[in-house]
Amino acid sequence: MKKIISFALAAVLSLGILAGCSKEEAKQVSTDGSTSMSKVILALAEAYEEKTGTKVSYNGSGSSAGISAVLEGRADIGLSSRDLKDEEKEQGLTGTVLAYDGIAVIVHPENPVADLDLETIAKIYKGEITNWKDVGGNDAEIVLIGREAGSGTRDGFETITGTEGVCAYRQELTSTGDVITAVAQNPNAIGYASVASVKDTVKALTVGGVAPTEDTVKDGSYVIQRPFVLVTKDDQPLSEAAQAFFDYITSGDANEIITDAGVVPAN
Amino acid sequence: MEMKKNTRSWQKHMEQVVYGIFLLLGLITIGCVLLITVYLVISGIPAIRQIGLVEFLFGDTWKPTAAEPSYGILPFILTSVYGTAGAIVLGVPIGFFTAVYLAKMAPRKIKLVVEQAVSMLAGIPSVVYGLVGMMVLVPGIRELFDLSDGACLLAAIVVLAVMILPSIIKMSVTALEAVPKEYEDASLALGATPEETWFRVSVPAAKSGIAAAVVLGVGRAIGEAMAVMMVSGNVANMPGLFESVRFLTTAVASEMGYASGLQRQALFSVALVLFVFIMLINAALNYFLKGDRKS
Repeated sequence: MKKIISFALAAVLSLGILAGCSKEEAKQVSTDGSTSMSKVILALAEAYEEKTGTKVSYNGSGSSAGISAVLEGRADIGLSSRDLKDEEKEQGLTGTVLAYDGIAVIVHPENPVADLDLETIAKIYKGEITNWKDVGGNDAEIVLIGREAGSGTRDGFETITGTEGVCAYRQELTSTGDVITAVAQNPNAIGYASVASVKDTVKALTVGGVAPTEDTVKDGSYVIQRPFVLVTKDDQPLSEAAQAFFDYITSGDANEIITDAGVVPAN
Repeated sequence: MEMKKNTRSWQKHMEQVVYGIFLLLGLITIGCVLLITVYLVISGIPAIRQIGLVEFLFGDTWKPTAAEPSYGILPFILTSVYGTAGAIVLGVPIGFFTAVYLAKMAPRKIKLVVEQAVSMLAGIPSVVYGLVGMMVLVPGIRELFDLSDGACLLAAIVVLAVMILPSIIKMSVTALEAVPKEYEDASLALGATPEETWFRVSVPAAKSGIAAAVVLGVGRAIGEAMAVMMVSGNVANMPGLFESVRFLTTAVASEMGYASGLQRQALFSVALVLFVFIMLINAALNYFLKGDRKS
């Protein structure tokens, strides 16, 4: 009698484990890639899990690593903060733009300079222009403020302006908030921060006459911006759960969450 | 008889169990230290091997993400040493004289208030020091010295000096108060003034305690990350008083979040170097405290 009961118990328990397994596997979506996209993806994942119970995992390994993770089948959706290269497309990958990340160039509110073009900004950050008077401002040394090596915003800014690894920073700060505070404290400072996080304490420059707003970022007229791309395979359909998540975040229903994360939704 | 014997053996067992629990709890601490040490050494060695010890310790350029990366941490080491030394030069005299005042001169009421304030100073989170430094000290230094930007080694030194004050004051006061009253009485009886007694008798008698306080301050200063990260500018320059600089601690803290590959490994190596520094400081602390016990 005892034996039978314990056997039955064991059987029920092991069934439970199996059930747990299959359920978990079906309801998991894995994403992998750009660290710059972590904020928006984690916000979306949290909202989606609350809504449907499906867990969405995120691994911040960098755009290129995320793309190869999709190619090798280690992740459902890859995250790239740059457009796919042609050779990546040839390997059977498709990119879908989730959002646009606009980076505003900010100065102290009392700085008379209001507009710079991309080339001038690059020259300033490379240290070729060191005085505000050369760009129509006061006679004062330009103080370059940026983010730490590895930051998504720094990577985006330096890639777009073509200043990778050559910026002559005076301060390297570790958060957007710190950059804004530092620029707000120093009349000669220039810094960069994602468009959505810019506050009244600093002035966002127009770049080539275009102000950084949601509309100008989306239509591409504001040039310091880059796409946040979802990478999937052409030939192999997504799992049911991954497809549902993909549809949800690209449908426009999640736009509010995307905006809250500081980027401009594409759909 | 049987009953009594049973109780006694039960008691003995109980004692052993309690002993075992205490031993286990004690071992947890040791285990943590060992775990951290072993982990740091294991994860810190590979990058040093790959980069080369001399190039790593004495290279003067840190550019881990450049096309041709270089991993020299001499700027961090020197900044940490200069920054700590500066904080000691600024903080120790203030702390020392405050401690002598509190232990020997201050009226009871004032002493109570000042000691409360010192305790509060110790309780302020370092991020608050950093924030106040960023909002007040950095612009202040910029205006005072007519610089283009105030985030520099000097700002970090001032913040660190304030941060190490509580530990220096508290430990020195304890050391000074522990000086046997007979010493002072004897000195006073021989005709020395109170001031002479404090500085010629009490302070020398408490010197190993005060030295330990200074070493503790050094340890606090060299290990601080958050506050200095916010005021020092955080660029890997060779240290100069008005240069934007990066410390050993902030080098680890600022890049660890996104680092990968050799950069990440090298950050562990930086942590290992910092760990060695702190071990040396602890050894010095032990030395001073032992000296105290002997005398």
